Amino acid sequence: MEKSERRVISVIVVNEASVLSRITDLFSGRGYNITSLTVAPIPDSKYSRLTIVTSGSIRVIEQITKQLHKLIPVLRVYEHADLVEKEMALIKFPASEDITDIATLCAAYNGKIVNVAENVIIVMVADEPKRVDNFLKIINKYNPKEIVRSGAVALER
Amino acid sequence: MQISGAQMVIEALIAEGVETVFGYPGGAIMNVYDEIYKQDKFKHILTRHEQAAVHAAEGYAKVSGKVGVAMITSGPGFTNAVTGLADAYMDSIPLVVISGQVPMSLIGTDAFQEIDAVGISRSCTKHNYLVTDAAELPRILKEAFYIASSGRPGPVHVDIPKDVTAQIANFDYSIELGLETYKPHTKGNPRQIKKAMEAISKAKRPLFYLGGGIINSNAAYDVRELVHATGIPAVETFMARGTLSHDDEYLISMLGMHGSYAANMAMSETDLVIGLGARFDDRVTGKISEFAKNAKVIHVDIDPASISKLVNADYPIVGDVKNVVQEMLKLSSNINPVKYASWRKTINNFDTLHPLTYHEDTKRIKPQWVIERVGKLLGDDANISTDVGQHQMWAAQFYPFSRPRQFISSGGLGTMGFGFPAAIGVKAAAPDKVSINFTGDGSILMNCQELMTAVEKKLPVINIILNNNYLGMVRQWQSLFYEKRHSETDLSVQPDFVKLAEAFGGIGYRVETKDEFDAALKDALEKNIVAFIDVVVERLENVMPMVPSGGSLFNMMLLEKKEKK
Repeated sequence: MEKSERRVISVIVVNEASVLSRITDLFSGRGYNITSLTVAPIPDSKYSRLTIVTSGSIRVIEQITKQLHKLIPVLRVYEHADLVEKEMALIKFPASEDITDIATLCAAYNGKIVNVAENVIIVMVADEPKRVDNFLKIINKYNPKEIVRSGAVALER
Repeated sequence: MQISGAQMVIEALIAEGVETVFGYPGGAIMNVYDEIYKQDKFKHILTRHEQAAVHAAEGYAKVSGKVGVAMITSGPGFTNAVTGLADAYMDSIPLVVISGQVPMSLIGTDAFQEIDAVGISRSCTKHNYLVTDAAELPRILKEAFYIASSGRPGPVHVDIPKDVTAQIANFDYSIELGLETYKPHTKGNPRQIKKAMEAISKAKRPLFYLGGGIINSNAAYDVRELVHATGIPAVETFMARGTLSHDDEYLISMLGMHGSYAANMAMSETDLVIGLGARFDDRVTGKISEFAKNAKVIHVDIDPASISKLVNADYPIVGDVKNVVQEMLKLSSNINPVKYASWRKTINNFDTLHPLTYHEDTKRIKPQWVIERVGKLLGDDANISTDVGQHQMWAAQFYPFSRPRQFISSGGLGTMGFGFPAAIGVKAAAPDKVSINFTGDGSILMNCQELMTAVEKKLPVINIILNNNYLGMVRQWQSLFYEKRHSETDLSVQPDFVKLAEAFGGIGYRVETKDEFDAALKDALEKNIVAFIDVVVERLENVMPMVPSGGSLFNMMLLEKKEKK
């Protein structure tokens, strides 16, 4: 087996019906992995930008970028080498946990408390995906009730 | 002008120069069929199954080089057509397939004959559209024809809800296409071409590996020039048959699972593979790690995704093979054809050792003889379609093809039932040539209802059934790899093919001797109506040589040697 590597691919597509299905069908049909996928319109244009985190051998990654480019509504495909990558996570804790501790930890990961209710607090962090992994590991002891991750977005330096 | 969506479909087809449409009406497409009734600019050929409509459009497209057009209704009409779409996708055949859809207001309600057609066709078309506004139709149809026929060709599916075909909107077909995200790369990089030519001039045992892309890009005659100018021997893929004429001294034969010994050995011994419009399919390469192991690879293809997909290309050239070959030809003057004489001799020796042949050692007719005989009697005068199985491989091995677009067969998808409807499309596109369909007793039953189409539209396809009372290719694998357990492949129970043809108003022949075969073919040609020639052939004949699935190309099972009687 060839070595499998994590890769971030950005895809600029025409903002039209079923374009997202074309992309995800391509991945499932050809047996490629999607670790995460984010999509949002690019301001003041008719395009959207997808950020796909995937993994595979060099040959597979090359095929993914070529096959993506073959789709008619795809304008550009970037396979990033040197990039800034961020991911957001929202976490819900019981209000009975040590809120001061949690708030301090959040701050260390570009985060803060975003909502406080009678029984729960919700915090957000925004950092590199690896650091988000790390944060989630650490806060495990505060009994998080729910965790939502956004998936990564990336820009080339 | 302000016209209905249905009228737009007609106007667009006329503007695209469409002369023949294959199809089958139904509820959701009725508005369009009403407009077909009112016009006389193009012919409509009613097939008796939607799958056959798409295969006929494929045959039409392959022979004519034009975009094939098929029209079907929603739901089952569309799902029946899916096999045709998938077939055209795998073999890069330019098609526009137009389907009706339930009205927009009913989409998503599980309405009668509703199915998510674009959801299904997405993975087996080059592109597809669900039209939600008649005002979009001119642009979409124009794009569909352009996308189907440009770059690497393929099928485009346009799904039109019934209310959109009734909507009135402005029709202007002179619009410029935007398509800024679709720009096929047709011109090869000059520096890469130059480097490739340098590699060729240095190679000792170069080999042209000719693929179906050459036929699609109408480059066969340019390739012939390049082969003759360089004196480099050539192998053809199944899809490329007819690129070089069968009697071309530089043509070795077909390579691959059922390629000739010499072709497969040449590929195994070459030091430079010159791949032109071929995609290194598994049926060609055998075990990929052993394929052309000591060779550098030049790979010319219009589809960048085909390059280095399976075999790493040392000299990748993205471009239309016709353009690239013409550029290569300009740089070929420093290559001396004499240089490769000894390499060609080596290959000729391979061919002498194990020629592509068969033994006439049974009372029953050998299937290969039938192919050779038709080749001898009709040769260039016939276009040859096939179904899928043993007969298909024998046709590819033994028919003397002399021109591109003479051979029409389902290569990538391997669709049984392709041959007869495709041959109908072939006859519609090329009425001056005889349209032969070599088929088997298994395949022919998968679209035999097309007898009715051929009778009604007077398209006298001659179906030659190589009847061994077996699902022959599967039987061959069972004999070789499953200890002769012939599971569900014995087709001893079968219809009277003569009566079957006659029931539809065609003509049938049952043939057991060579003389009877000659007489039947002569009679079918004279009567000029659709025919079944049911030829009783040797039951247990195998297609040889054979590279077992996953085996190396040079490890072939070969025809047993026998003393000539």
